[in-house]
Amino acid sequence: MEQNNISLNSLKPGQSARIKTLECEGTIRRKLLDLGLVEDTVIEVIQKSPAGDPTAYFVRGAVIAIREEESSHIFVSEVK
Amino acid sequence: MGLTNKSTGKNVIKKDGGIQNSANDILIALAGNPNVGKSTVFNALTGMNQHTGNWPGKTVATAEGNYLYEGKNHIVVDLPGTYSLMASSQEEEVARNFICFGEPDVTVVVTDATCLERNLNLVLQSMEIRNNVVLCVNLLDEAKKKRIEVDFKKLSAVLGIPVVGTSARNLQGLEELKKTIWEEANKKGKKKVLKVAYGKAIEEAIQGVEEEILEKTEGKMESRWLALRLLDPDQSLIEEIEKFLHWKAGKDQAVIKKCETAKANLLCQGIDRIKLRDEIVSSLVKTAEKIARDTVTIQNKNYDQRDRKIDRILTSKRFGIPIMILLLGLVFWITITGSNYPSRYLANVLFWFQDRLTELFRYLHAPDWLHGFLVLGVYRTLASVVSVMLPPMAIFFPLFTLLEDLGYLPRVAFNLDHYFKRACACGKQALTMAMGFGCNAAGVIGCRIIDSPRERLIAVLTNNFVPCNGRFPLP
Repeated sequence: MEQNNISLNSLKPGQSARIKTLECEGTIRRKLLDLGLVEDTVIEVIQKSPAGDPTAYFVRGAVIAIREEESSHIFVSEVK
Repeated sequence: MGLTNKSTGKNVIKKDGGIQNSANDILIALAGNPNVGKSTVFNALTGMNQHTGNWPGKTVATAEGNYLYEGKNHIVVDLPGTYSLMASSQEEEVARNFICFGEPDVTVVVTDATCLERNLNLVLQSMEIRNNVVLCVNLLDEAKKKRIEVDFKKLSAVLGIPVVGTSARNLQGLEELKKTIWEEANKKGKKKVLKVAYGKAIEEAIQGVEEEILEKTEGKMESRWLALRLLDPDQSLIEEIEKFLHWKAGKDQAVIKKCETAKANLLCQGIDRIKLRDEIVSSLVKTAEKIARDTVTIQNKNYDQRDRKIDRILTSKRFGIPIMILLLGLVFWITITGSNYPSRYLANVLFWFQDRLTELFRYLHAPDWLHGFLVLGVYRTLASVVSVMLPPMAIFFPLFTLLEDLGYLPRVAFNLDHYFKRACACGKQALTMAMGFGCNAAGVIGCRIIDSPRERLIAVLTNNFVPCNGRFPLP
């Protein structure tokens, strides 16, 4: 269980993990789900922007940028 | 123009809102994710001239055009680019409402061959609303470069809908697309279209409600989709549906009863409203994943390595911002210095013509006030505006489009998002502001790429503080 408590924003570029839960609601939750961030999806950290936020992720064949305020509510496991 | 009440939302579907098709015309809805070349397909089909860049200035409300095929008029409606039809934004609502209530004869979903998996979500959702979907897999040239292959036959068999591969930029596959649309519009009888399975509990709930409404929909609407919406009601949508079907679906006692039972059963199995939505999206995404796995072959697993390397430099801590300033500075320099020459030339020609006009007026013994009004007033102003504004626009917009096509603009937004966030705005505003240097109208329209309504409003309201080229103090 403890493994599921890692938030996406704590991952470093090059690392990848499996999405477990989204701790957000409303439109943001919908948006993230629509982009394919459902449970068990593999997500890879590509890199941070020059100012450190947002961060680019590779998910389901596409690169997307997520701000820290959102990625801190995304919890993952199986970090590699 | 812009995102007004009239150009978006439910007004779009009003027949007097512009889409006037006679019974003989074939109405086509063109849907798709953002950045899949949907507008390029639209232009290639209709020959209508629109801006087709990756980011700002594209379809605001629903643009429409038409073409002739087999002697019949086909009306194409270009819907806003969306990832989903769950109506979590204005664009999604417009797209969904048109597919649902606009009664298109054919719904074409344009997708990106290089990331088909993500695009299939929208395809599956469209197939739930309408059983006349044609899948157009675009950007085949890009896919070929990245050595990604899509098995169209298999894809068509799995989905149960026609699939056409195109490369609209090179005008490839469009005849086939037209032919397929024509065939789909004239197809009669039942179609075997793939239905996304939502797990036992939800399926049972759908079935219960569907039985009750099957006859009432009179084949005007997919009963399965309506059942799903009744289980997770969105008041404004239900009202639209009621108007469309001439049947008070939300107030029908038998339906309410069925829905209540179904919802209670779902709750017993631990599925509340939020969980229901999650399950629906998850099923869609996972179905898309499975289909993509079976039909797409990526020959070169490292197809994006080169792109990633370039990205790493363009958005790096050390070079990201300097490269950006250099590139955008270069665009500005070319625009400002470059437009001086044609500007001078245009001014010379136009003002030469003004002198000829003056001579003509004198020759005709026209009164002074008429000459002052028409030549020194109207003509002179027009000539100055054209000679000052046309050249920079003609240089700036193509250059900006070039940056768009290269895919550099999203990187600019990525680089700058943090700074814009400090001002409670969004990084994409950098792009709409840059557009504003060309023309504020284009900049404001481009603001629709910003998702959050508040950040979008900030971008719209502040865009006029960017001096467009007409107000730009040229040396």
